[in-house]
Amino acid sequence: MAEDVKFKVSIDGIPVEVAPGTTILNAARLIGGDIVPPAMCYYSKLQGSGGKCRTCLVKVSKGSEKDPRPMPKLVASCRTTVMDGMEVQNITSPEVIEARKGVVEMLLINHPLDCPICDQAGECHLQDLGYEHGLANTRYEFERRTFDKIDIGDKVQLHMTRCILCYRCVFVADQLTPRRVHGVLGRGDAAEISTYIEKAIDNEFSGNVIDVCPVGALTDKTFRFKNRVWFTKPVEAHRDCPTCSGKVTLWYKGEEVLRVTARKDEYGEVEEFICNTCRFETKSTSDWVIEGPRNVKRTSVISLNHYAELNPPAVVKKNLALQETNKEQFERAKELL
Amino acid sequence: MLSVKHNEPVEFTEETLSKFAEIVARYPEGKQKSALLPVLHEVQATYGWLSAPAMDSVAAYLNIEPIEVYEVATFYTMFFLQPQGKYALEVCRTGPCCLVGAERIMKHIEKRLGVKEGEVTPDGLFSWRGVECLAACGYGPVLQIGPEYTFYENLTEESVDKLIEELTEKAKS
Amino acid sequence: MARKLLLTHIDVPGINTFEVYRQKGGYRAVEKALKTLTPDEVVEEVKKSGLRGRGGAGFPTGMKWSFLAKPEGVPRYLVCNADESEPGTFKDRYLMTHIPHALIEGMIIASYALGANTSYIYVRGEMMPQVRILERAIAEAKNAGFLGKNILGRGYDLELYVQPGGGAYICGEETALLESLEGKRGNPRIKPPFPAVSGLYNCPTVVNNVESIAATVPIINEGAEEYAKIGIERSTGTKLISASGNLNKPGVYEIELGLPVEEFIYSDEYCGGIANGKRLKAVVAGGSSVPILPANLILKTLKGESRLMTYESLADGGFQSGTMMGSGGFIAFDEDQCVVRNTWNFTRFYHHESCGQCSPCREGTGWMEKVLHRIEFGHGSFSDIDLLVDVSKKIEGNTICPLGDAAAWPVASAIRHFRDEFEWHITSGQEAQRRNYGLAHYADPLEPVAS
Repeated sequence: MAEDVKFKVSIDGIPVEVAPGTTILNAARLIGGDIVPPAMCYYSKLQGSGGKCRTCLVKVSKGSEKDPRPMPKLVASCRTTVMDGMEVQNITSPEVIEARKGVVEMLLINHPLDCPICDQAGECHLQDLGYEHGLANTRYEFERRTFDKIDIGDKVQLHMTRCILCYRCVFVADQLTPRRVHGVLGRGDAAEISTYIEKAIDNEFSGNVIDVCPVGALTDKTFRFKNRVWFTKPVEAHRDCPTCSGKVTLWYKGEEVLRVTARKDEYGEVEEFICNTCRFETKSTSDWVIEGPRNVKRTSVISLNHYAELNPPAVVKKNLALQETNKEQFERAKELL
Repeated sequence: MLSVKHNEPVEFTEETLSKFAEIVARYPEGKQKSALLPVLHEVQATYGWLSAPAMDSVAAYLNIEPIEVYEVATFYTMFFLQPQGKYALEVCRTGPCCLVGAERIMKHIEKRLGVKEGEVTPDGLFSWRGVECLAACGYGPVLQIGPEYTFYENLTEESVDKLIEELTEKAKS
Repeated sequence: MARKLLLTHIDVPGINTFEVYRQKGGYRAVEKALKTLTPDEVVEEVKKSGLRGRGGAGFPTGMKWSFLAKPEGVPRYLVCNADESEPGTFKDRYLMTHIPHALIEGMIIASYALGANTSYIYVRGEMMPQVRILERAIAEAKNAGFLGKNILGRGYDLELYVQPGGGAYICGEETALLESLEGKRGNPRIKPPFPAVSGLYNCPTVVNNVESIAATVPIINEGAEEYAKIGIERSTGTKLISASGNLNKPGVYEIELGLPVEEFIYSDEYCGGIANGKRLKAVVAGGSSVPILPANLILKTLKGESRLMTYESLADGGFQSGTMMGSGGFIAFDEDQCVVRNTWNFTRFYHHESCGQCSPCREGTGWMEKVLHRIEFGHGSFSDIDLLVDVSKKIEGNTICPLGDAAAWPVASAIRHFRDEFEWHITSGQEAQRRNYGLAHYADPLEPVAS
């Protein structure tokens, strides 16, 4: 097939042209907006991920131009590739909405809902998903599944009770690190992420399991209980790192860098994986070249925390680049005074 | 059966290793991981259960990571991750067997052996547990005993008693 | 007497040995196929026979074979699914125990047709005795020149191996089986790609049930047309039925498709009626995952026609009043059995066997089990019944593999047909602990429906 061949697809009635081999989910991401199915396990940077959580189910109402028959079941949009002439329904299909509601409910019945004490709260995909697609009440009246918290290494904590078994951290270990020491053990609803016998996950890229985890199951111990994410201010920065790209987001509270993460795109996926030195060991402003404030989605709770209202963070006051970016707000703030 | 304490490293005998080699030869070059399940069965038949060191040795033999062995061993229900009785009785507890009295048989075994499901009798001879369908529904209730997985069919309280007595005798001799 | 094709010589002493099997005409089909037919002609023959997959889905076997991709220089595999684990089904065990060579012979024919030079028989781990039986049979066949290099001097090589599983129902799903055969957890793969394109070791692969493979032997021996003469419509040939539950003569029977269900249950040639002089309450006709039917609906369809043992007749009425042939696991319930308890038992099974990969099945099966347990033990409420129906709907069709459907159908159908029994468990929780609901009206004649 010639390289410039494009498939015409429509998602919720919106047409888009994509290269053959593109998945429905990625075609939807090209369109953007409300019609993008949510994804809890798929991760474009991790090969083989996806298909498991079932939140991205969509209806294929027309298979292709050649074979217009609809697909008999809802399909996982993250793992189904488009065909020329395919018509997909996401939010325009009541069947999809109903199924997604069911999946969200299933994901939540054994989730502890301990958001008030969870470091992930505010940037948790399950929280967003539950808010957008879930029910206000639960119909589950039984005891929830619990596990003990485990430290896997001195920097990462595994809180299995919150895990939704997306397998992303397993893919990270397989694809980014030399030897995988953790995996999914047991089966069914007794399955768990574990090392079996206590072992530290210890290599330069292991910290990325924190960033790919869609919930608060794998969290940064150096940030543990330090602050709520919506009280911290994300700032983009880089350093000359011998191991990784060195491109990160610094999360400030006042003058202090509370945590370092990789930069995440609008779907919560990291742009480039970072090394543990960048993540855990370099936490003073002097380690970094500050680029500017991190753009945060307007709908995110983190954006409640604007950069330049009446009290910009200390780092903004000292940094020329940040002052430049926030110029407009500074002026507005001056007028208000 | 040998019993292995948790942290003793496990070295397989020449005989076991030659069995492993025979199994690995069934798969294409580089696909030796396929041998994992049959090899674990061999190990369990020798030691009675799968200790972490035994699994580590299997991983080393097959040139895979230990976690890959743990993942598999914890997925499949036939593999014991704790020491069992010399005779581990596994009674089918699924629908068709229950229609013909499997629940009664399990209660009887519990009473007769005096230990709960999953526990080992003080003399170390017996342990028992309910397992899901053993594909012998027409001959239920049934139980099986590893490592040969001999089947005992159409169980009654009397036949279970007799079986336990026979096994106790066999263990003595 | 009905015709038998698979179990013709089942009563001959020593039929499990190569010698006796050969004396009784065994391996003639291999000779015929290798010497007189091209692989494509064998596929064509199986297609013409109308043979449908005997493992449960009923997909035409010849069609499945013709989908196999054949890229140059890439090995192709045939894998036999002998992971028989569906509650109520034990026919493959029976066949492998008593006539192992029927399977070996079928494997040679099918491998030849597909161009596979290495084939595996994946046997569930609990069937260790059958593993040994098959290994011995393979050694015998190899000794006699039916396996190995240059079989019958026709230039065709085939190695056959037996692989034991480790105890997981899910490995009966073909892609989970392939994962397991690769030494991994039995997590079903996300399809596409289908095994016909990318299966074992990412090579084109066909996975077939034991009985489907064994059935190719009579198809080649007798010819596809002879085979297709047996049966009705798209249900051709004979089928092994595993009969269990409260029957006078439970066991494995070979039937000609088209046999009336009533005759199968009550005639002396087959199950010989309900045990202990009891009356029939319900039947699960095709293994635990197919919808359960009350006695009146299993014997006659809603149209008032006699229900037959065919794929079509058993499915007559759809999910409202029909069921499925499934794997042929025929479980009969007498008037003393409790449908609620059995539904709880089956659901516990699916909960236990869910691989845990996708969320609706992982979480939903456990949820249903807990609710059913509550109802069975007298603590349920009326809303629990609707909750069960709703949860089963949220699982059905939304999972990676059919285990979700298999877990949902028994619950949905039990409530559909036996709702009053569930309600009685709720209104009379205490009494339900002491006695069963009984036969109730489940065997009453049905009102004929005007068409």
